[in-house]
Amino acid sequence: MSLLSISASPHVHGDNSVKKIMWGVVIAMVPALLVSIYYFGLDAIRVTLIAVSASLFFEWFFQKYLIKGPDTYMDGSAVITGLLLAFNVPSNLPWWIIVIGALVAIGIGKMSFGGIGKNVFNPALVGRVFLLISFPVQMTSWPKISPITNGIADAITGPTPLGIVKEGLDAGLTVDQVMAQVPSFMQQFIGGIGGSLGEVSALAILLGGFCLLRRKIITWEIPVSILLTVLVFSGIFWLIDPTHYVNPIFHLLTGGMMLGAIFMATDMVSSPMSRNGQLAYGVGIGLITVIIRTWGAYPEGMSFAILLMNAVTPLLNNVFKPKRFGRN
Amino acid sequence: MKTFKLGGVHPPENKLSTEAVIETLMIPKQVVVPVGQHLGAPATPVVKRGEEVKVGQLIAKSSGFISANIHSPVSGKVFKIDNVYDASGFRRPSVIINVEGDEWLDTIDRSDDIDSNIKLSPKEITDKLNEMGIVGLGGATFPSFVKLMIPDGKKVDYLIINGVECEPYLTSDHRLMMEKGEEMLIGVTILMKALNTKKAMIGIENNKADAIEHLQKLVVKYNGISIHPLKVKYPQGGEKQLIKALTGREVPSGKLPLEVGCVVNNVGTAFAVYEAVQKNKPLFERVVTITGKSVKKPSNFLVRVGTPIKYLIEAAQGLPEDTGKIISGGPMMGKAVLNTDIPVVKGTSGILLMADADAKRGEVNTCIRCAKCVEACPMGLEPFLLSKSSKLAKFDVVEKELVMDCIECGSCSYTCPSNIPLLDYIRLGKNKVGQIIRNRNQK
Repeated sequence: MSLLSISASPHVHGDNSVKKIMWGVVIAMVPALLVSIYYFGLDAIRVTLIAVSASLFFEWFFQKYLIKGPDTYMDGSAVITGLLLAFNVPSNLPWWIIVIGALVAIGIGKMSFGGIGKNVFNPALVGRVFLLISFPVQMTSWPKISPITNGIADAITGPTPLGIVKEGLDAGLTVDQVMAQVPSFMQQFIGGIGGSLGEVSALAILLGGFCLLRRKIITWEIPVSILLTVLVFSGIFWLIDPTHYVNPIFHLLTGGMMLGAIFMATDMVSSPMSRNGQLAYGVGIGLITVIIRTWGAYPEGMSFAILLMNAVTPLLNNVFKPKRFGRN
Repeated sequence: MKTFKLGGVHPPENKLSTEAVIETLMIPKQVVVPVGQHLGAPATPVVKRGEEVKVGQLIAKSSGFISANIHSPVSGKVFKIDNVYDASGFRRPSVIINVEGDEWLDTIDRSDDIDSNIKLSPKEITDKLNEMGIVGLGGATFPSFVKLMIPDGKKVDYLIINGVECEPYLTSDHRLMMEKGEEMLIGVTILMKALNTKKAMIGIENNKADAIEHLQKLVVKYNGISIHPLKVKYPQGGEKQLIKALTGREVPSGKLPLEVGCVVNNVGTAFAVYEAVQKNKPLFERVVTITGKSVKKPSNFLVRVGTPIKYLIEAAQGLPEDTGKIISGGPMMGKAVLNTDIPVVKGTSGILLMADADAKRGEVNTCIRCAKCVEACPMGLEPFLLSKSSKLAKFDVVEKELVMDCIECGSCSYTCPSNIPLLDYIRLGKNKVGQIIRNRNQK
């Protein structure tokens, strides 16, 4: 017998690990990735590979030369950032823009705060919003989708459903006229609407969401509160004036609402700790998204809404405490 | 199936010694009996060096309201009274006795006959438990008679009996329920009489289906006692969690179970109460589990207090080669001990021999704010915040964030994916805040 180790209890540890959680998220993104490959073909693979490998490279690079800590690139978090970044851009985006996106996401969004666990904002969203502002043309022209079975995606580009509606309404058309130009709700749900890789199919994202819930990586509070808030808030305006305001179901199924609610807003590092705080956070994201989509200059408001609420998260953590035992 | 709502974890149960029938461990050549085996003031030795003692004879006297008598677990001669390391890692005054034969006091009824006729009055029961040095055997070792003294104006609705044994590995309570069920139920009836209550609930986790079934058969003869299977979840054996699971009542922060009309006792304590009241037998032996993944013969032994744990290890066919840590108690709340000379005391429920590989803590990573610790905390606290604030010595924050509510169950450290020793820091903060509060109150 060697020397006995002495330590305080507990003497056993569960099988949770950072790696397990992060790779669990990666697995949950596989359905959406497959659907995007189905619709965008090789371009989807190209964008994903560039985004993920650039993210991994920058994670390694900054960890080695800036933070000088232990290697973190294999913990899975950089892969998630890369995948999410890929999900948030059009499939025809030039490679160098994707690399810049990864540099901003990992470099500014994550490593400048000190690396994993320290970032205030969701890194992939920081990258995405930077690209959206810096390269508005490339970031908002989406290839028209055509499933792999019809041959490789063609070069025609067109706006997303949200973009069509925004432009149409701004041009003075009524909702009915505008809605005639966009895919049906069923199509939006199953897949096949224009947009970035990850907004193509709400169904595939939902599938990943269930996977995350089952593995207890996310809680139901954030996605459900976001979606309900969007439904109710946009529903109120729709009920008041259905000729000027779009159907709430449309809001739910388009523009990366599902991707944002399930994969982006639920990022552990940048979302609140207590269940009540998570509910408040979700309501905030829902409200801001609808406000931006309805009255803002951008057709899409999800990214901004999440980033704004990321900034509020420390405050929410102070205000919303878990349900205490024996203090009611 | 009932359980508590807030938090909790489910570590692998590893109950290796479930089927091991309780065996009586041989009496060692020498016993080391610490005089502070209970919560409260240590007892004062009343024997001298060289004095002859019998089994059951008082050797140290309760020295305050919250204290307990200590009785000799063996017959023989007092070798000396000295400071000896106990499981907590501190040297504490102990009576060391060289064993000669096994001569019991005549007053103790050593027959196996089950005596269900309770002759003592409630007051006499309370005094008897005080005299016999009965303390809570679930782990906290709180003097039992104190729990029976109900202040005026308070009423006990339920006597709660803790047969949960939520710690992984341990099986001593399980075996006791299987083998001494009848005696235990009489003990419960005695406690009910002393507390003047008509209802007792025995909570047992449903990983002990045989014990639940066994007691359900026996309990029909006893008025007012009911058996309640509980969903397996740690720390259900925590007093507050058990009350919540069984009655739905929530003990207010900083208050005792009596505040919600409950008194909680362990099944082992109920058995000790039976022996004290019906057999006039002081508490000087108890059932101890000896277990571990590499242990050749995981067992449950009836052990005299003061027996060095090496005798238990020997009886379980030796210390495994790979042992890296020896724990007194369970893996979640037990204490890692210094060596195998540590004596068994009234509160020793088990000895766990952990392999070196399992005993090592994992590499600590950065907190990823996953909130798993918040989810796991059965008291609704935020372990990440308490831990961090303790580390930064922000004790005002630690106090404001209710560190004193922490029951130190370890669910947070257990569940943390980054391997952060949350509870280590929280304990530090809790200690400090405790001091700060005491100093403030003194002013």
